Amino acid sequence: MEMLSGSEMVVRSLIDQGIKYIFGYPGGAVLDIYDALKTINGIKHILVRHEQSATHMADGYARATGKIGVVLVTSGPGATNSITGIATAYMDSIPLVVISGQVASSLIGYDAFQECDMIGISRPIVKHSFLVKNIEEIPIIFKKAFWLAISGRPGPIVIDLPKDILNPLIKKPYTWPNEINIRSYNPILKGHQGQIKKALYTLIKAKQPVIYIGGGVISSNSHEELKTLAEKLNIPVTVSLMALGVLPENHPQNLKMLGMHGTYEANMTMHNADVILAIGVRFDDRTTNNVDKYCPNAIIIHIDIDPTSISKTIPANIPIVGDAQNILKQILNLINKKQSLNTMLNLKDWWKKINSWKSINSLNFNKYSKKIKPQYVIQKISQLTCGNAFVTSDVGQHQMFAALYYSFNKPRKWINSGGLGTMGFGLPAALGVKLAFPKEIVICITGDGSIQMNIQELSTAMQYKLAILILNLNNRSLGMVKQWQDMIYSGRHSHSYMKSLPDFVKLAESYGHIGISINTTEELEKKLKLALSYLNKGTSVFVDVSIDPEEHVYPMQKRGGGMNEMLLQKIENLPA
Amino acid sequence: MKRILSILLENESGALSRVVGLFSQRGYNIESITVAPTEDSSISKITIQTIGDEKIIEQIEKQLHKLIDVLKVTEVGNINYIEREIALVKVSNTHDQYNRIKNITDIFRGTIISITPKISIIQLPGTSKKIDAYLKTIRELTNIIEISRSGIISISKI
Repeated sequence: MEMLSGSEMVVRSLIDQGIKYIFGYPGGAVLDIYDALKTINGIKHILVRHEQSATHMADGYARATGKIGVVLVTSGPGATNSITGIATAYMDSIPLVVISGQVASSLIGYDAFQECDMIGISRPIVKHSFLVKNIEEIPIIFKKAFWLAISGRPGPIVIDLPKDILNPLIKKPYTWPNEINIRSYNPILKGHQGQIKKALYTLIKAKQPVIYIGGGVISSNSHEELKTLAEKLNIPVTVSLMALGVLPENHPQNLKMLGMHGTYEANMTMHNADVILAIGVRFDDRTTNNVDKYCPNAIIIHIDIDPTSISKTIPANIPIVGDAQNILKQILNLINKKQSLNTMLNLKDWWKKINSWKSINSLNFNKYSKKIKPQYVIQKISQLTCGNAFVTSDVGQHQMFAALYYSFNKPRKWINSGGLGTMGFGLPAALGVKLAFPKEIVICITGDGSIQMNIQELSTAMQYKLAILILNLNNRSLGMVKQWQDMIYSGRHSHSYMKSLPDFVKLAESYGHIGISINTTEELEKKLKLALSYLNKGTSVFVDVSIDPEEHVYPMQKRGGGMNEMLLQKIENLPA
Repeated sequence: MKRILSILLENESGALSRVVGLFSQRGYNIESITVAPTEDSSISKITIQTIGDEKIIEQIEKQLHKLIDVLKVTEVGNINYIEREIALVKVSNTHDQYNRIKNITDIFRGTIISITPKISIIQLPGTSKKIDAYLKTIRELTNIIEISRSGIISISKI
């Protein structure tokens, strides 16, 4: 049997698990692992500039590929810096394994240098965590961690490794387990056949049905099944922020994003529906508005792999626990047996209504403005990349503009922090995506507030020659905060200005990238094309676009209202 | 409404903190909690008394189940379960009170386990309801100095 030290076991376990990349930052407690990375070949390590970015990079990698992202950080501040990224992944159910160093077992509890209770501090934001107590346990714990991260409802796993466990001088037998069994963990994968029949029967009888999809459709890779089902039954589809691209943007049944900043047709369709088939969603408050006024006439069919998501905020009439892909296949099998099924005609009136809501064209904006409209910037970049780029975003107005105006055609192309809403996510996430897809166009849509939260990763981009396009919608303010202050606080802009902004062009150049500034609508297209041509040559480009600082994100739901209560533009309310 | 949940979970370090953390994290109440290993030393049993309506209890059960270390969650409280608690009650007694305290304690099937000229300590096992009733009765008789209650434990009848 092979004899390895703890740190060698860590690296070997990663290799045996099939991991190619890890994202990390060295420090005292993990130096032995870093040495093993050097002596055992097979893992490519990406050195970040801040541990938060390591988790976001791994997260971006995981979202784009569907594989597990792996992070390596040291104890104490290394571990605490990774927390925001872990919480981000947790809220969006992204599979991560975060390996953190820890002080030696004999020092735990003594407030040793760079000691921090990582298991304790990460407890509420991990799917599970392990403190390794014996060297021999390392392979089995790693195998368990990877299985837990990716199976069931995916999520981040922390493995905390005390320094004595990693001692290069103590060698123990190593075998990579072929399979593992966790007796207390058996996620339900297949849907209950009776419930599925009931669900289909309810759907077929519906006069005004809608399908509402979320990130679970992406993590279960069931976009094909979803499309087939929607098309067979001719049901409209509304999409949460987490599921953009599941259905191609120009698909006739795609009513686009719903919720706080959703389209008029999506929210009206939800509100007036008599049956809602919700798949892989958790009825987040940004998608429901006031739950007491939520879709008053709807029977709710809720498919989710996590039983706690069901009836948590909105009670489900027909709950189905299981993997969305399995369940959709089960439903499709039933449909195929009923050859006579023809719902196309039944929904004619419903589609008429929906098309009338569509005709309001709620995403309209002033295309002839002299000031650059952020919507226009996104529309242009969407056209220039044919909706095929990977787009990461930060959080704020630019995120909503990106979600609403970029035409995503495929799942896993839209990468954003939906649940936690983490500013500083976009740039590192984009680098993680680019690493996985070196030949694809990767764009980070950001704002002058967000980009400064992890801008140091421009250095990482240079070190690993990861060419991405950063599109900075610069309004010289924290736009979303300002929007709310305009709407709720009588325009009192308390601390929502960004004073002393850097010259982003020069900043990008100082890191060795290309910087381009765009100041007029006329030059927008030409300069975006120029940026893309640099990108094609393998250079990262920072495009600083000076946008209209007064622009707000619309449509927007009225606070405390139902799904149907919306504002479509700044002053006018929509006639009821 | 008060409910009792019985949780079987892996007897591992940190498992209890995951359960307790879940309650504080999601704003659920813990009225009492007991924990000890079962006859299988790899498994611990936690009994938690909590407060909540049907919907909250359902969420608590599901959230507990979601914890990787948790093997089984059952709600105690229907007729198939026995629940018990033990109380240690320190009361002041003068000579003429002592006999009455003893009488009442006998009626409730408690035991006086320590006695000094001024203080008696009573041990009383039973359901929470019975202990509450005992405390109400004894309070009318004398001054309660201190109470220590164990929290609820439970077992299924079948």
